[in-house]
Amino acid sequence: MDTREKDIEKLKDYKYGFTTDIENIKAPKGLSEDVIKFISNIKKEPQWMLDFRLKAYERLKSLKEPNWQKPKYPKIDYQDLYYYSAPKSMKDKPKSLDDLDPKLLETYKKLGIPLQEQARLNGIAVDAVFDSVSVATTFKGELTKHGIIFCSMSEAIQKHPDLVKKYLGTVIPVTDHFFATLNSAVFTDGSFVYIPKGVKCPMELSTYFRINASQTGQFERTLIIADEGSYVSYLEGCTAPMRDENQLHAANVELIALDDAEIKYSTVQNWYPGDENGKGGIYNFVTKRGLCKGKNSKISWTQVETGSAITWKYPSCILKGDNSIGEFYSIAITNNHQKADTGTKMIHLGKNTKSKIISKGISAGFSDMTYRGLVDINSKAKNSSNYTQCDSLLMGNKCGAHTVPYIKNKNFDSNIAHEATTSKISEEQLHYCQQRGLNPEEAVGLIVNGFCKEVLQQLPMEFAVEAQKLVGISLEGSVG
Amino acid sequence: MNEQLQLDFDKIIKTLKISEKEIQLKKSFLKKFIENGFPNRKQEDWKFLDISQIIKKNIGELTFFNDYSLPNKIDPSIFVNGLEHNKIIFINGRIEKIDFNYEDQSQIEINDEIGKNIKFNYENSLIDLNNAFTNKVYKILIKKNYSLKKPLIIYHSTNNKIKSKNVNLSLNFELEENSCLRLIDYFSDNTDKNFVNILYNFNLKKYSILKNYKLDKFRNNNLKYSFNNIEQDDNSISETFILSAGSDYFKNEVNCNLNGEYSSAFINGVFSLKENQQHEIRSTINHLVENTKSYQLIKSVLGKNSKSAYQGRIFVDSKAQKTDGYQLSKAILLDETSEFNAKPELEIYADDVKCSHGSASGSLNENSIFYLMSRGLNYQQSKELLINGFLLDVVEKITDSEIRNLVKNIIGLKE
Repeated sequence: MDTREKDIEKLKDYKYGFTTDIENIKAPKGLSEDVIKFISNIKKEPQWMLDFRLKAYERLKSLKEPNWQKPKYPKIDYQDLYYYSAPKSMKDKPKSLDDLDPKLLETYKKLGIPLQEQARLNGIAVDAVFDSVSVATTFKGELTKHGIIFCSMSEAIQKHPDLVKKYLGTVIPVTDHFFATLNSAVFTDGSFVYIPKGVKCPMELSTYFRINASQTGQFERTLIIADEGSYVSYLEGCTAPMRDENQLHAANVELIALDDAEIKYSTVQNWYPGDENGKGGIYNFVTKRGLCKGKNSKISWTQVETGSAITWKYPSCILKGDNSIGEFYSIAITNNHQKADTGTKMIHLGKNTKSKIISKGISAGFSDMTYRGLVDINSKAKNSSNYTQCDSLLMGNKCGAHTVPYIKNKNFDSNIAHEATTSKISEEQLHYCQQRGLNPEEAVGLIVNGFCKEVLQQLPMEFAVEAQKLVGISLEGSVG
Repeated sequence: MNEQLQLDFDKIIKTLKISEKEIQLKKSFLKKFIENGFPNRKQEDWKFLDISQIIKKNIGELTFFNDYSLPNKIDPSIFVNGLEHNKIIFINGRIEKIDFNYEDQSQIEINDEIGKNIKFNYENSLIDLNNAFTNKVYKILIKKNYSLKKPLIIYHSTNNKIKSKNVNLSLNFELEENSCLRLIDYFSDNTDKNFVNILYNFNLKKYSILKNYKLDKFRNNNLKYSFNNIEQDDNSISETFILSAGSDYFKNEVNCNLNGEYSSAFINGVFSLKENQQHEIRSTINHLVENTKSYQLIKSVLGKNSKSAYQGRIFVDSKAQKTDGYQLSKAILLDETSEFNAKPELEIYADDVKCSHGSASGSLNENSIFYLMSRGLNYQQSKELLINGFLLDVVEKITDSEIRNLVKNIIGLKE
């Protein structure tokens, strides 16, 4: 307890920087076939799941870490990580929220998501991931009534093996790039969502990720399937305690939308970004990919990226079904020594497919922000269109803002439009706000929120409020 | 291929009259090229059009030996009519004639620069190839306060006497303070399937102006690569116009370093491509000091089976406040099989800058065609009129009226 309080005292800049004293079960350090078997065994997985993992591991051996990204990072020693860490008290799974370890609940309270509160008042079903194992899934009754499956990945593997088997790895195959394959081999838990035919999910589904134990990599795997004519909105929020060493987060998220289905996926990412001198912080190397498999399907990504020492991710849409729509709204804020290389990929394969990309990047301090995106219209994707807008805002001349779009148009019926601008907050705007009684930081917060308005509008209400606050907090100390 | 390279290199060294030191230098470039080989799609800059594959597919094995000690006959029919001009004539990679008859000879210096190979801080194996095989490098110096009265046309011509499948040529220009040069690169090819590798270096001193027009209009089966390196001092201006339409493959690279305040760079390009042509423009503008400006406009019209790519990069150093950078690329795809690729890149480290880029691609607007047809034009005429208007926009950016008219004539654009 003492150390914990000291931690909070010492590093109070980051309000979520605390660790919880819970005994953990860890897999032996390092990556090997045995560790993978250990993970699979402890989770009591069927043989096909173990085969899936081993196949990925086999492939991983021949893969190299990619190095084309802009932010470079010191080499990660994959043998020095724990690939599994679960709170000990989880061995006997709690039956309901009341059975939960009170310390766990305390943690969530500090994060601002008291489970019961949220479950009762907000009508949001929360599937909280605490160090790799899903702690509790709330609001199950209401969801079950509609036939919606919302559970942890491990539970889904046990209870719904057919669905998992059918869809897992179809959007991000085990033979994908290094980090995705690593995840396929060692993923511990995550969320699983299945929305049956014609069902509009009555509430926002939400997961809260948190990395607790040190030297663990967080490898979740999320799979969302929206069957014909269904709709779901999924929220994801992330925080991690402060530590000096860097932690790796390499999650895989797969979305599948069948005919006429719609998936809306929102992320507010607030991993620990490292201290003012760039020490510590999370490496956020996440693979997110959505497949618009059926006709008239739609996938929409919204992300607010304020944390992580290094963010490196490209939530993508594969628009396979005719008339399908892909959207990407992003705000990325980097301060101090943070680095972000993020954007999206829109791959148009079906006819009449449409995609829209709105990206807002804000860099301050010594940070570096890169938008990197791909728009690829295939020769068969007749009458498709894309609109891309990426704006960057720079604060100070020690930071960088970069735009690297790749545009490939192989279809003469299709249109691609791309716009990008770079600017700074003008003295006049600041002056105007200050004249009306705002202090400089409030003024910057206001202007930046205005700059991000188009994206913030896309977030569900509960998240939008939090995101707006985050935008302000992230830029503290960047003016003056 | 490596054996062939070494063999042909030794043959060329024998025919050239150069010192031992120069031979060693050339050998080191050859060694570097053999180590790296032709660039391929694994390299970011060659992602869209992979030259090693294109050479393999179109030419097969390259050969490099040409006897540069023997002169070639100049065919005057290639000359541009209706425009008085100075000439430099390259035939099969050999400089046959340098003619500055319209100018004050005391204001222009031409030096043989062999041994002083052009060096940049640039990872590009084609430059090594060029440095290893160029037979002569001239440096052309325009003296202080002198503006050339007439434009200089550099004729790049090949004929059937050529023995090799690869031609390398290189020139070095220096524009002293307050001087001005208008330079046209004019391509006429009578050979099949050669790989032409051109390297220019420009050094622009204060207040100097360079206007470079590259005109590749006549349909031919050659593959071409051109690299322009432009160093700019205070208040200097460079204008580059590229007409990319004739060769099977043409990649134009322009690397522009704005080293002096108030210097500016303009790059305008037109792709007009048909069957199986694959062309690319790659520009890099480095804004290194305050108050510099750059402007780029690239337009493509793409017919059957053609492919164009534009990679534009604006780099703004943290010192380069008050930078103004603009980039726009547009493409019209005329056929199902045409393809347009773009990578407009911004890399910015200063906050008080105005930088933007835009890119748009699509087909001809049906409504516009309908409008024109309702005014009595037929479908074909309407299409042509729209394409003309689309391209004219870029041609109008040429600041020199004489040359603008020449380009309009060559393209067949009418106002």
